[in-house]
Amino acid sequence: MGSCGLAAGAAQVFDFFRKNIQEIDIIGVGCIGHCYAEPLIEVETENGSVFYENVQPKQEFIDKILRLDDSSRLQFKSKRSDLELIKVTKLAGRINPVSLAEYRQNGGYTALEKALSMKSADIVGEVKISKLRGRGGGGFPTGLKWSFLHAKKSDQKILICNADEGDPGAFMDRSLMESVPHQILEGMLIAAHATGATQLFIYCRAEYPLAIKHLKIAIDQIIENKLNHLNDRQVTIKIKEGAGAFVCGEETAMIHSLEGSRGTPRFRPPYPTDHGFKGYPTLINNVETFANIPIIINEGGKKFASIGTEKSTGTKLFALAGDVKYTGLVEVPMGITIGEIVYEIGGSEKGSIKAVQIGGPSGGCIPSDLFDTRIDYDSLTSLGAIMGSGGLIFIGNNRCMVETARYFLDFTARESCGKCTFCRIGTKRMLECLENITKGYGKPEDLQFLEDLGIKIKKGSLCGLGQTAPNPVLSTLRYYINEYRSHVIDKRCEALICNALVNVFIDKSKCIECGLCRKNCPVDAISEDFVVDNDICTKCNSCIEVCPVNTISRVPRGGTSGQN
Amino acid sequence: MSEAGSVLQDLDKDRSNLIKALQLVQESAGYVSNAALMQISEYFSVAPVEVEGIVSFYAQFKRVKPGKNVISICDGTACHIKGASLISKWITDEIGIRNGETDQDGLFSLQTVACLGCCSLAPVISVNGEVFGNLDRKKLLRVLRQYKKIG
Repeated sequence: MGSCGLAAGAAQVFDFFRKNIQEIDIIGVGCIGHCYAEPLIEVETENGSVFYENVQPKQEFIDKILRLDDSSRLQFKSKRSDLELIKVTKLAGRINPVSLAEYRQNGGYTALEKALSMKSADIVGEVKISKLRGRGGGGFPTGLKWSFLHAKKSDQKILICNADEGDPGAFMDRSLMESVPHQILEGMLIAAHATGATQLFIYCRAEYPLAIKHLKIAIDQIIENKLNHLNDRQVTIKIKEGAGAFVCGEETAMIHSLEGSRGTPRFRPPYPTDHGFKGYPTLINNVETFANIPIIINEGGKKFASIGTEKSTGTKLFALAGDVKYTGLVEVPMGITIGEIVYEIGGSEKGSIKAVQIGGPSGGCIPSDLFDTRIDYDSLTSLGAIMGSGGLIFIGNNRCMVETARYFLDFTARESCGKCTFCRIGTKRMLECLENITKGYGKPEDLQFLEDLGIKIKKGSLCGLGQTAPNPVLSTLRYYINEYRSHVIDKRCEALICNALVNVFIDKSKCIECGLCRKNCPVDAISEDFVVDNDICTKCNSCIEVCPVNTISRVPRGGTSGQN
Repeated sequence: MSEAGSVLQDLDKDRSNLIKALQLVQESAGYVSNAALMQISEYFSVAPVEVEGIVSFYAQFKRVKPGKNVISICDGTACHIKGASLISKWITDEIGIRNGETDQDGLFSLQTVACLGCCSLAPVISVNGEVFGNLDRKKLLRVLRQYKKIG
């Protein structure tokens, strides 16, 4: 019962089943990652688990499930289970997220216990051996970061968990916080012991109410059970809610926001480990990074480093969304190819996906002919994308890349904090240029302008937001220059997405003149003899959606019809 | 004491609680009024202009009173690709307000948000925090009309 499941109606199913089934235990758990099948029920039997997909609060579903009916079972249609390597999400969807007892029964807090018997320097050493790199996107070696804070002498040291997952299309951290809050907190407590941190904060975006609720309950349980007593000292743990600013994912901006100011980044150095929250040495790691820590301590850094590639070790969570059959969350070893995720886990057909967008608005689009690329920090950077936090948006063949780039620029231009001129004004100018292109006013020289300005914004910005904001445009210019050219030269949008370059056309040879389209048109753009006046039409697609014989379609402006 | 007073008294006067104070005010009143802003400014000894600067910086804070039902259209990447702009158009056609507006009866407010985190159900909207996913025009209109009926 994560956010996805609840949105799909899991709460109603849960209540209905609770009310109508007495003989079996029913528990609400976190996310198991198969979002496409929500609401989802898992039945544990003597012979292993059975899953039921798209369950509804009806008696027939109860009947089916109680007799373990085969026909409506969830069939894992993709090769997903062969390719996945479940480490971090092992307990997600298996235990009640807010039960400390269940977490403990499944090995929870044994890593903390072990860590408390180790010297702090040895823990930092173990994390270094694991070669774990920051999962928030930057990929900075976690052990090295810890050693900086470890070496600091200060009466207060601050530890912040970055849970401001602002990338649209990414929901790995949300899922972890909702499903295994204790695992993240255990990682934080180990980090606090290793680095000597005294105050722990979780900076979580306010848009994740369920995650915040679960974390709060978990923190109360920790205090009650004195798990925050690290040998001879105590640490404090607080949740701070973000207020809706993407840039606050950047560490110096986050610190400003925690201090109660506008979340603008500042020049580094000094780095937060030297001068952070209220001037104290401060360490910031991402949710997923912390969730990996108990595994490293329990299994040893060496074992962790044996998974994945040489420079990118361990597993990574990815959120699959967009034009993908099996949306959801997957955990795979580093070094898997993009193609394996797209075709074998996502279940997309070969040839149906034009690109994947990786790394959110800071990342880039990777075209289908490069799907053999292995997923690790360095290979992705060389392609003009970034690992980012792990959002993978699938872009189908029927999407327009220019419009996709415009969308991302629109996001970063709005989220720019305004401190650096190149980011503030540069992204705005790039956005205007892209808007002109999608509206049919583009000029061939615009493409050069976009590239020049993009490079300058990257160089002229202080923080990660500006330095990566042009990536979606630069990567689409690199791989999809033909789409840009057909927009600016032929004024055509091949994907028929850009409204200004599209007409709506009724094929009268197939039309049954039922009048539904006229009835549903909000601007009365369809005449009595079923001709669309494209000067009035807003391209809202209402008529296309209601037409019972699918005779209305979008066509290139000035193309096929000749009617208007 | 007015709206901000009761939520402020439990908070430590440390500056790092300023954003929390604004969030509490917004939660109880639905927006940050001039009076509340002045009270917060006084309470934390921070100039009103600076509080205003913080309010305008963060997307969460509203300076005008929202309608009874707040519709948030998710325009995250997944929803965008799956047609969030059409959803937005259809809502405007149905209830007559655009992004950022509140209707005259104070029944609906419309806002576009970056991501509701339910990408696998795209396109989604939320009304007063309840999420509706996998929307097409028919489903969307059903949701809107239901809220209209309840009032």
